[in-house]
Amino acid sequence: MTSPVYAADPPAARVAVALDALVAVYHRPSGATHLLAAPSPELLDALAAGPADAVTLRDRLAALYDLEGDGTAMIDARMEELIVAGLAWRI
Amino acid sequence: MRHRHSVKVGPVGFRIGSAWRGPVAALHSLYADYPTPEDDIPDLTVRLYPERPWRRWLRPSVAISGDYWLPDAAPLPLAQGLLAAEMGMNLQVALGWRRHLLLHCSAVERDGRVLLMSGASGSGKSTLATLLALAGWRFLGDEFAFVSLDDGSVYPFPRAASLKNEAVAAVRAAGGVVGPVLEDTPKGRIGYWRPPAHAIARMAEAAPPRLLLFPRFGAPESVEAMAPSEAFVRLTQASTNYVALGQAGFSALTRLVQTVPALAIGYPDSATGLAMVDRLWGEA
Repeated sequence: MTSPVYAADPPAARVAVALDALVAVYHRPSGATHLLAAPSPELLDALAAGPADAVTLRDRLAALYDLEGDGTAMIDARMEELIVAGLAWRI
Repeated sequence: MRHRHSVKVGPVGFRIGSAWRGPVAALHSLYADYPTPEDDIPDLTVRLYPERPWRRWLRPSVAISGDYWLPDAAPLPLAQGLLAAEMGMNLQVALGWRRHLLLHCSAVERDGRVLLMSGASGSGKSTLATLLALAGWRFLGDEFAFVSLDDGSVYPFPRAASLKNEAVAAVRAAGGVVGPVLEDTPKGRIGYWRPPAHAIARMAEAAPPRLLLFPRFGAPESVEAMAPSEAFVRLTQASTNYVALGQAGFSALTRLVQTVPALAIGYPDSATGLAMVDRLWGEA
């Protein structure tokens, strides 16, 4: 089974404001507001470089943050939540 | 409409038309000191009308409509025509206003800064705002806070405060004049308290917010800091036009919760509530 490849609108389509541990995100195309916890905002930003699967996303995040362990299962789980929220999609 | 009254409350110019004289006469009296909209051009229109032509005379019942309306709003008996007019004014603002972020909050001002109080019906926000006004705070409103989309300051909407049930006696005990009082309304006993002349004279003066409270009347005394994200979620629910304003509403609301501390407070009685507000205001 091939691993899913994810995509999202470019960062300019969102306004993100860190309130505390949660980040409020206004999604311009839908007009919807979301409250996201890490690493979901970072995953959306990591998709700015183009569509990616969980392994590629982990590598992009690892270039910016200290990550522990494999993490791809967690990334798939968070990406599925972002898809349900309408902030990302599978291609 | 046969009878009409125009009044300006804060930034909103209203035109209220009625099939009966009674509700308009009550508005004339309650809003006697208020200005009228510039050039008599209203922002919002309220219509009070009989659902069927014969209901103007036969068991008269007042239906509420206007620029905006709700399909299942129940009509009120004519004796409660003033309540119908007030509900109509609230409804038009809630559904129609787009120039500010509207928060279902009471608001008072002291030392040039605003205290916002948000809560459901029965939380005590109207009573606390009225009692604070009687204690020298400037009354900005008991129903809606109008938050500027440009700079986050709060504009007054000093309509007559609508006090429910025990609040009527509490405000009278503090020296406030409450009237008229309507009995047996769908919300119980409702009494109207007219804001003091200086609150009406200064109703175009906005001020920046300093403290946000989420009061709970009848609860044991408690103070709990609220995370900005929780205040944000609660206020999106307490706003009638957050969704309609789109990004402008998002920016105004995130700025508010980032710059103004929020506290959830429980208080068993009005005297305790007033003392807590004084203390917390001093610490904010």
